[in-house]
Amino acid sequence: MSMTVSEQVEKELTGQGARGVWNSVKAKFYGNNFLVLITIVLFIGIYVAGVIIYKNKNFGSLNSFFDMLNSNPGLIVIAAGMTMVLISGGIDISVGAQVAMYCMMFAFFMERQNVNCYVMIVIVLVTGVVFGLAQGALVSYFKIQPFIVTLAGMFFARGMTAVISPQTIDITNRDFMALATFKIKFPFGGYTNAAGAYQTPFIYLSVVLAFIALIALFVVMQWTSFGRNVYAVGGSEQSALLMGLNVKRIKLGVYTVNGLLTAFGGFLFCLFSTGGAVEKAQGFEMQAIASAVIGGTPLTGGVGNVLGSLFGVLVQTTITKFINFNGTLANGWSSIVLAAIMSFFIILQSVFAWARSRRN
Amino acid sequence: MNKTLRAIVSHRMFFPLACLLLVLLLNIFVTLASTGSVGPFFQITLTNGTLNGPLITILNRSSELVILAVGMTIVVSCSAGTDISVGAVMAFSGAVSIWLLGYGQLAQHDYHVVAYVVPYVVGLLAALVTGAICGAWNGFLVSKLKIQPMVATLILFTGGRGAAKVFADGQIDKVDVPSYKFLGNFIQDSTGHNIVPIPTAIFIAAGVVLVTALVLRYTALGTNIQAVGINGRASRIVGLKSGRIIFIAYVFCGVCAAVAGMIATSRIGGIDAQNCGKMLELDAILAVALGGNSLAGGKFSLAGSVIGAVTIQALTTVLYSINVSADQLPLYKALVVVIIVVLQSPELKPMIGRLRDKVKRPVAAKEVA
Repeated sequence: MSMTVSEQVEKELTGQGARGVWNSVKAKFYGNNFLVLITIVLFIGIYVAGVIIYKNKNFGSLNSFFDMLNSNPGLIVIAAGMTMVLISGGIDISVGAQVAMYCMMFAFFMERQNVNCYVMIVIVLVTGVVFGLAQGALVSYFKIQPFIVTLAGMFFARGMTAVISPQTIDITNRDFMALATFKIKFPFGGYTNAAGAYQTPFIYLSVVLAFIALIALFVVMQWTSFGRNVYAVGGSEQSALLMGLNVKRIKLGVYTVNGLLTAFGGFLFCLFSTGGAVEKAQGFEMQAIASAVIGGTPLTGGVGNVLGSLFGVLVQTTITKFINFNGTLANGWSSIVLAAIMSFFIILQSVFAWARSRRN
Repeated sequence: MNKTLRAIVSHRMFFPLACLLLVLLLNIFVTLASTGSVGPFFQITLTNGTLNGPLITILNRSSELVILAVGMTIVVSCSAGTDISVGAVMAFSGAVSIWLLGYGQLAQHDYHVVAYVVPYVVGLLAALVTGAICGAWNGFLVSKLKIQPMVATLILFTGGRGAAKVFADGQIDKVDVPSYKFLGNFIQDSTGHNIVPIPTAIFIAAGVVLVTALVLRYTALGTNIQAVGINGRASRIVGLKSGRIIFIAYVFCGVCAAVAGMIATSRIGGIDAQNCGKMLELDAILAVALGGNSLAGGKFSLAGSVIGAVTIQALTTVLYSINVSADQLPLYKALVVVIIVVLQSPELKPMIGRLRDKVKRPVAAKEVA
């Protein structure tokens, strides 16, 4: 059967035929979502390996999977926010200290000052916005490097935590605890433990809230002009400026939104940890950055996917779970394995960047 | 007169020095307020063979930071990025040295090194080699694989402390041999009397600074590092091996971290893998920035970074003396950092100019009317 030229062109364009498929595979390969795909495959690989190795310890049960989400609602949100900041070409290392500050605010004001729980949530979110605004103003309008600005932010928040209260405060507020322990139970996928009791799998309300925030951010980054502007600014500030974008305002927006997300993540973190302490969420910022990097977002900006960070969090959590289930390894090993996986991803990213530059 | 003044104010070292002076003045003021005279701050007494006094304490306590800042300055200058792994490398190299010094004996003595299994020098060398290897790994990632320095060093930031914990068996290992404490305290004779009245760490810090400064001054390395930092591509075209220079810088930074790690472990007489050198990488970066060095690489001043490191320690000292707790300390540090970087910001002058215009213009308009 003969083909007209236009038919052939159409076939090429729509990616049909062996060559077309190869081209589209190649395009996917060089595309940035491929890295996210690798992360997802890796996560599934590690998880399946865990299910097989620890078959008799219920690694594969729905409970065990939900457990990973239940213990990390804050990190999911904050890693997503971090991804956005990285896409814009910046960085925010203050998030861990901010989380500690918000936890302490919740604990101190609700327990010692009897402030209403819902009022407190609003106060914390507003504080987050103000914090983000301040950092954003320093970054965009004073042109100070984001690393230094957020380093100062980190010191400020950590110090402020100790100023609010140097003691560890546990939260007992009734409304807050109701939110913290609100479970959404699943009718299937549970298991019967050694004592013969059926364990119903459940997720906390905080996980649902985390996913809502994650999806909202994904939508904003993918389909709003603000989101696309963030990619543009991260890709090349100069070009964005020449295109007529208000680079300063966009950067200010990024840090402000991240402040809000951090406060929200801090709230979710507090729902899980239900207390305030100076040492809370130590190293959280690096976990968030690691999640973003594992999720396929390089620190160079302009590239990345907010959803990838979720899998970054999941990969990290699975590794920790692995080490815990093993039981005989020293706790130092989880960070060593994490470092090894990060090396793998970082080197992979650099190989991709190299391949792409050769192709161009 | 006006010209000289302007020359002084616009000098590179003016800002860092002004900051240091300001903090020292703060120190003096606090001493004055608490004791009624400025004397105690400058007082240096010789008791039991040791020199004591606030100035000595500031210098002594800032030693690790000075050493880290020297390594960090070089890294920042040539790679336009920061090495955030130095704190973890400190812990790692300290843990390796103690692991080797008490090889196989640690668990039997409740994680105390009661006698060296290998000579102390071997332990020291092991730490330095560990630091160099860590630096080489970072350097390889940055120079060969072209990974942004912060991400590349994030790997050891995460894994280094874990490796330290594994080498320390997850315990806080102690060293009971007196000579181990010489590096972080005073050199003593066999009866426990101090031979040298000045803390050893000050000598080591001064030595590191001096050797680095001389090497940079009297070899082409100093110029090459700056050239690579200002424009890596251009310097490659004129025949500099940019990659190798960056690699050397990271190895050097790793060795500096190892030296600082040996001092830190010697100070407390053991290794606490969780807390050794914790957050010190951030202080080191801060010291570089306070020294008037751009974190975007290029020209650098070693003296500036050293002054920055001492400033941070002096600030810590004054805050401690007004009863700020260690946990609250970062808050004040943050305020100082923000003030300093805003003052250094090139955007500030035009911004003030614009504000002044805005204030002036309505007045001018009124006059016309």
